[in-house]
Amino acid sequence: MIPAAFDYHRADTLDEALKLLKKHGDDAKVLSGGMSLLPMLKLRLASFAHLVDINRVPGLDYIKEEKGTLRIGAMTRQAALERSDVIKSKYPILADAVPLIADPLVRNRGTIGGNVANGDPGNDQPAIMIALGATFIVRGAKERSVAANQFYKGLYDTALARSEILTEIRIPVPPPKSGGAYTKLKRKTGDFAVAAAAVQLTLGKYGAVERAGIALTNAGLMPIEAVDAAKYLVGKMPDEKTIAEAAKMAAAKSAPSADRRGSVEYKKEMARVLTARALHKAVQRAGGS
Amino acid sequence: MAMHKISVTINGAAREAEVESRLLLVHLIREVFRMTGTHVGCDTSHCGACTVVLDGNPVKSCTVLAVQADGSKITTVEGLEQGGKLHPVQEGFTEKHGLQCGFCTPGMLMTTSALLERNKNPSEQQIREAISGNLCRCTGYVNIVKAVQYAAEKMR
Repeated sequence: MIPAAFDYHRADTLDEALKLLKKHGDDAKVLSGGMSLLPMLKLRLASFAHLVDINRVPGLDYIKEEKGTLRIGAMTRQAALERSDVIKSKYPILADAVPLIADPLVRNRGTIGGNVANGDPGNDQPAIMIALGATFIVRGAKERSVAANQFYKGLYDTALARSEILTEIRIPVPPPKSGGAYTKLKRKTGDFAVAAAAVQLTLGKYGAVERAGIALTNAGLMPIEAVDAAKYLVGKMPDEKTIAEAAKMAAAKSAPSADRRGSVEYKKEMARVLTARALHKAVQRAGGS
Repeated sequence: MAMHKISVTINGAAREAEVESRLLLVHLIREVFRMTGTHVGCDTSHCGACTVVLDGNPVKSCTVLAVQADGSKITTVEGLEQGGKLHPVQEGFTEKHGLQCGFCTPGMLMTTSALLERNKNPSEQQIREAISGNLCRCTGYVNIVKAVQYAAEKMR
């Protein structure tokens, strides 16, 4: 399959990329890892007159903790996240998720920036970023930041303007007694989730939940933040009964559609089960019981 | 329509081409350079038959633009053999019957040779994970895993 004709532009700096986007407006699309965009172009589900390749833009590929914030450059490949010691040791929610994204060959090209900016509800990292309370740094005419839970507007619809590029992801370094987990059900390697749950918790001095972030992947037209379930958990001991109730509340927020991955009922039930499992794992990792 | 002059190093040889923006890397390799060892299988980034090593990393060449490879080093299955001697993974696939129809084999060889560059002693689990983006419909993977283990031992 061959994509419809387009003009390729290689940007060597961020300013050059922004200039190209401004010049070509709605006819232009940013090419990051290309692992979603190129298949879409080949299947002719999408078409753009201009692609602006940011793969050679320097300074967008890093993972670093600084002053209480984990900063990840948008062009950081999934394979780099998978090998990162800081991710492996301190961000189990990401360490759980990355090996489950697509397959190893795709992860050699696919980027975290593309995953979160694409706006596909099947992408795993949007829900994770919502659970972590992350912020996205966006560059256009000027720089602005958008909270992950304010970023998604609908199917392939985000707060990102066509003239803007998502450049960095900022995650607050979890305080002591924090734990996270990502549980994903998929039919096979390379498939999107039937359902998946992202959970990030912080426990207080006596083991009660102090902060909770819960979000679901592929449970609707965009990642779904389970605000009620998270609120319900705060101030409570995360015991079996409380977790079961919170998982039920999260699943109630899901609005999946039936497809070859299953019926609506099945997917909602899986959202409940996966949320409960992620909560258990997160509590355990936070040092709770 | 914009054309782009690109230069790449493929299997150690410097090559130049003038390509359309939308030309895929796999088509550059097969149709422009006439190296047909790299296969097109699913053409939707699932099967891995088109895997080549791009600047050290195995990637699906049906999902990379040829123009994106400008200035890069590419290794295809034709580049594995050195001085008339098969690469250990090629030898392993021969010795352990790691193929039947052979369609997926070029991709398998590229992924596993890259794996062994990074990890000299992979566990069975690590081998299976590494080839999880390469589909084989004949072998059930058992002999492919054995072939990679054979090669790993040979390379140590």
